[in-house]
Amino acid sequence: MTDAQPTMNLEPRQQELIETFEMFGDWMEKYEHLIELGKELKPMAEADRVDENLIQGCQSRVWIACKTHDNGHLTFTADSDAIITKGLVALVLELFSNAPAAEIATANLHCLQKIGLHDHLSPNRSNGLSSMVQKIKLTALKSLA
Amino acid sequence: MLEAAATLYTPAMLDIRAIRQQFPILSREVNGQPLVYLDSAASSQKPLAVIEGQREYLAHHHANIHRSAHHLAARATRDFEGAREKIGLHLGAAHSKEIIFTSGTTDAINLVAQTWGRVNLDAGDVVLVPRDAHHAALVPWQMIAENCDAIVEPIEIELQGERAGQIDRAAFTRQLQDLKPKLVVLGHVSNALGTIHPVEELCLEARNAGATTLVDGAQALPHLPIDVQKIGCDFYAVSAHKAYGPTGIGALYGRADVLDAMPPWRGGGEMIKSVSFEGTTFGELPFKFEAGTPHISGAIGFGLALDWLNKIGLQNAQTHEEALTSRATKQLLQIDGLRILGPATGTQKASVISFVIQPENAPAIHPADLATLLDNQGIAARTGHHCTEPLMAALGLAETGGTIRISFAVYNSFEEVDRAIEALKRAVNMLL
Repeated sequence: MTDAQPTMNLEPRQQELIETFEMFGDWMEKYEHLIELGKELKPMAEADRVDENLIQGCQSRVWIACKTHDNGHLTFTADSDAIITKGLVALVLELFSNAPAAEIATANLHCLQKIGLHDHLSPNRSNGLSSMVQKIKLTALKSLA
Repeated sequence: MLEAAATLYTPAMLDIRAIRQQFPILSREVNGQPLVYLDSAASSQKPLAVIEGQREYLAHHHANIHRSAHHLAARATRDFEGAREKIGLHLGAAHSKEIIFTSGTTDAINLVAQTWGRVNLDAGDVVLVPRDAHHAALVPWQMIAENCDAIVEPIEIELQGERAGQIDRAAFTRQLQDLKPKLVVLGHVSNALGTIHPVEELCLEARNAGATTLVDGAQALPHLPIDVQKIGCDFYAVSAHKAYGPTGIGALYGRADVLDAMPPWRGGGEMIKSVSFEGTTFGELPFKFEAGTPHISGAIGFGLALDWLNKIGLQNAQTHEEALTSRATKQLLQIDGLRILGPATGTQKASVISFVIQPENAPAIHPADLATLLDNQGIAARTGHHCTEPLMAALGLAETGGTIRISFAVYNSFEEVDRAIEALKRAVNMLL
């Protein structure tokens, strides 16, 4: 069987995200954007809002569920009871969704530094963001095993 | 209608602008905005008198205390013991030897748990702790209770109505009769809700039921006059950093006869009378509870902070803080769906406002979201459970991120209140 070379999805998505954030004048606008992303995030199935999918290390509750597809790509659904956190998770999902598991597992999310998210978020939120990324990478790694 | 901020300054009141100039940190910016610091209940900022006083000591007068015969040691000892005198006077202790230096309120309560508790608590003994207690007033008792099979029971707080935030007195009286507690722990002022508890009445009732009493005074120190003899408690614990002083230093007041009967806790230098391998004898009060070299510059800073506060005048500070709280409360209640937890509007309370925003026909706003958007506008507020998880659970807020809390100190201005409310309204508009 000759598998097609997995498409490199992440880099263009990261560039796009950086460009989007460059358009905003100040952090209040960036937060407005995150809130919009949060509001637009596709609802998560109630059955997936379980402790097993709960991310540790967040001030608010965040759930992420993953689905593995036949082509080795992963898709995610997520939810949070805080809207900015929901925006952050939506942003991470936009980066990762429907990407090959191998690429997700080894991804270097330099864009998060570039747009200043880690520097700007409170330590709690920043740790929360890291925990979300970790959880997704771990899921990807497990799906490869 | 709210009066214009400027008209609220009357000559009889404090010159807040002059007070603010004594706090260098208040003129800094955060996230490109002038800082509005509304988290003094977590830790107050420090005036120059404290900052410079500690610097002066470290730069020119430092030596170890109580030991060497040289000039610096004598001077440092005098300053350190002078701070103990000031704290004793401020708290209304009968003698300064009743003041034990600790690293803070938490350390003070742990000291009582590990000494008084170890000797006096047996299997089946009851310790009562209020539901609104800070974790620091609860967890040390849970830890000691686990060792000796004692029982830690909550003193219930009324959750709604006129007496919201107050102790359920009928239930308390019943508990005293039925459970005959060995120890009753009380909080003077609730850090989460701002309730001022009637500790004098409560201690009298507890004492009449045969209980030893400990009051957590961390939140009372910056706001209320304290008189431990009038309160009639056996122990009273405070931290300097809540009252314009440094972190890492606090005090335990204990009545002399109670402290005398307690065994030492930490062993080391300072706390001994004589040491030999055959047997060691321990020193007198207060030294038997102060093993090792203490936080000398911190103790001196603590004394200076009390001097500073007394110069402002507790009554003046309280009047100003009440005006800030009332102005903020009026404006907050105009926000749709905003609910203030704890004492009803108009009830006397400390300058702490804890609230949630749950508009009708819209999902509740998560406190963490509000805090993020406030922080981005230069407003420092606190969110979460405020180290009072049992209280948040009773209020039904444990799972929803607790409350958002703003708290005022004497250095806050009416303009800051107005700016914070504007920032809050903007945040709410973005989040709805």
